[in-house]
Amino acid sequence: MLLALIFIPFLAGVLSLVSRNASLRYFLLGTAAVLHFILTCSFWFFPPAALFNNWLGLDRIGQLILSITSGLFLGAGFYAISYLKNEKHQQIKDFQEDIIFSNVPEAIFICCMLFLLASMTFLALSQHFGLIWVAIELTTLTSAPLIYFHRHHRSLEATWKYLMICSVGIAIALLGNFFLAVAASTGGEKPVSLLAGELVKYANVLNVKWLKAAFIFILVGYGTKMGLAPMHTWLPDAHSEAPSVISSLLSGAMLNCAFLGIFRTFQVCTAAGLGDFAGDLLIALGLVSMLVAAVYIIRQADYKRMLAYSSVEHMGIVAIGLGLGKAAVFGSMLHLVNHSLTKAALFLVAGNILAVYKTKRTNDVQGMFKVIPISAFLWLAGILSITGFPPFGTFISEFTILKAGIEQGRFFVSGAYLVLLVIVFIGFATICIRMTQGSPEQGIEKVALKQRFLSVVPPAIMILLILVLGLFIPSTFRNFLHDICMLVGGN
Amino acid sequence: MLIEFMMIFLTLVNLIILSTSRLSTCIKVIAFQGIILGVLPVAGGQFDIQLVIFSIIAISVKAILFPSMLLRTLSQLNIHREKKPYVGYGMSLLIGLGAIVLSWWISKNLPLTITPANSAVLPVSIFTAFVGLYLIITRKMALTQVIGYLIFENGIYMFGVILPQKQPLLVELAVLLDAFVAVFVMGITIFHISREFDHIETDQLSTLRS
Repeated sequence: MLLALIFIPFLAGVLSLVSRNASLRYFLLGTAAVLHFILTCSFWFFPPAALFNNWLGLDRIGQLILSITSGLFLGAGFYAISYLKNEKHQQIKDFQEDIIFSNVPEAIFICCMLFLLASMTFLALSQHFGLIWVAIELTTLTSAPLIYFHRHHRSLEATWKYLMICSVGIAIALLGNFFLAVAASTGGEKPVSLLAGELVKYANVLNVKWLKAAFIFILVGYGTKMGLAPMHTWLPDAHSEAPSVISSLLSGAMLNCAFLGIFRTFQVCTAAGLGDFAGDLLIALGLVSMLVAAVYIIRQADYKRMLAYSSVEHMGIVAIGLGLGKAAVFGSMLHLVNHSLTKAALFLVAGNILAVYKTKRTNDVQGMFKVIPISAFLWLAGILSITGFPPFGTFISEFTILKAGIEQGRFFVSGAYLVLLVIVFIGFATICIRMTQGSPEQGIEKVALKQRFLSVVPPAIMILLILVLGLFIPSTFRNFLHDICMLVGGN
Repeated sequence: MLIEFMMIFLTLVNLIILSTSRLSTCIKVIAFQGIILGVLPVAGGQFDIQLVIFSIIAISVKAILFPSMLLRTLSQLNIHREKKPYVGYGMSLLIGLGAIVLSWWISKNLPLTITPANSAVLPVSIFTAFVGLYLIITRKMALTQVIGYLIFENGIYMFGVILPQKQPLLVELAVLLDAFVAVFVMGITIFHISREFDHIETDQLSTLRS
């Protein structure tokens, strides 16, 4: 079953690359997304058996990441179908500069999307640190062509930065993996293998010094991919230049995947009694990320960049939650879900805005309620959710982390966390209220009727889910998250 | 003895790459490094059939496939030399010499409780990784940055070779495959950069700010 989960998107990707028929490709994309989602859902009821001596297996945290990824891909896949149908296939005139460009062939685009899904699935299922590394690098390489969908110089620049910075970051993580191997081979008579379960089990014989070094290198390496400041520099460029549907996948699903690599290493560290050391590093990077994001979100002139910096901020929140430990881990895991759903929805809506207004500048977008009422409503709801406003789920998760921080007596961390959240809220509010209110400029006709069904339904469902998670968390899901917290010594 | 010679050669070619502006020389150095790295696991004298097979695959990828892909990209570009790096070649060479001293000092002070097959491998691997990172940072050409990335990865790979605990063969092959796809995708991107901008100097890629 686990192999099927990887091979369905892979095969669909290969088929869509060779097929010459556009509607067949849409069909493949849709079918693969649906099948993948159904299989992932079935794992909640029938846990699959581990494969290849536990190299591939589905544990709790993997299941969480896999479910988020699969759900988002379902939404993004259908959105992409409606998006691609609307894209012109000839030369396109750029709306920012006076240049003409064309798009990457659709077959390659759909193929890379499906390969990205396959590699993210592979990552969620990998239990061996070597495989995790391979999978994270694969997600980088399969997503790079997606960022370069519009073939012009800005997206090319973003792609190059993304490829170079992330590849170097991930190479640093490879060094971290080797340090982990050193730590595992010096303790007992027989070296411990690099399977996550084995390392946690024999954590007490690991060499502490090398484990510390391994954690630092892996944190920096995968942190680059996850978008933690100061290694985040590729993220705003890539997210703002990629097509919105890809930004939503990168931000909602791929950042979590990199987080999974850090989580598993953190798990080994806590088992070896290094929880405080690793936690403090996570908190420090998390606070820096929130600070950088807050600085850039205030007075941001480009709404897609604003969302991208917000991803940096929320990855920082997740890192802080994990670093604080105990009750905060619950908030952190909940926040992972909340952020993914909200941010994916917001990027999809941003795509709708971009399609109508033809600009990414916040000042040029006005009167959304008059032009595209449904998207405007979703945009406002999404903005409220992303800034942690009740009754959305993000409020609960952010509040849980804050409460845990105060209970632990970490007043500086909690204070800084709260202040930065408020700054980001102010930045978002001033920009986004202006976008929805007022009256639109001349020339933007009422195109709301032309808005396709598939371009508003996926974000609407995601926002609805966040609202539900904010009002009530099912007890099975709560227990499930608590099980994940137990992995890193939380409760 | 063989390993020591190989390490001396590696140090020398790393210095060459720091001091040259010719892109074709850089690519030749990559090929040379690939051969040494491929032979390194079996140079200690242990003959394990798995190791030998992996060596052959590693050599064919690192020493033949990568350089030929890079040479192909180079021939499409119609350029031969690096243009004005951020740090001059003479200065780079001096920094490189400093880095050699530093990497020997670091590897002496590392609390490595395992004894590697040869004490020279560790400092040279650190030095190689340093040269790779240095190239990525100080050179402007996109192609040189890819070369730097490959050298950086070679250095890390060497560190993996000295570990007593071998990574399983499957993982090693997968890492190699990843590097291959990376060079492939980067090569295509460079080609697009050259077509879009009429050059491949990355300091000109600076439209996206704040």
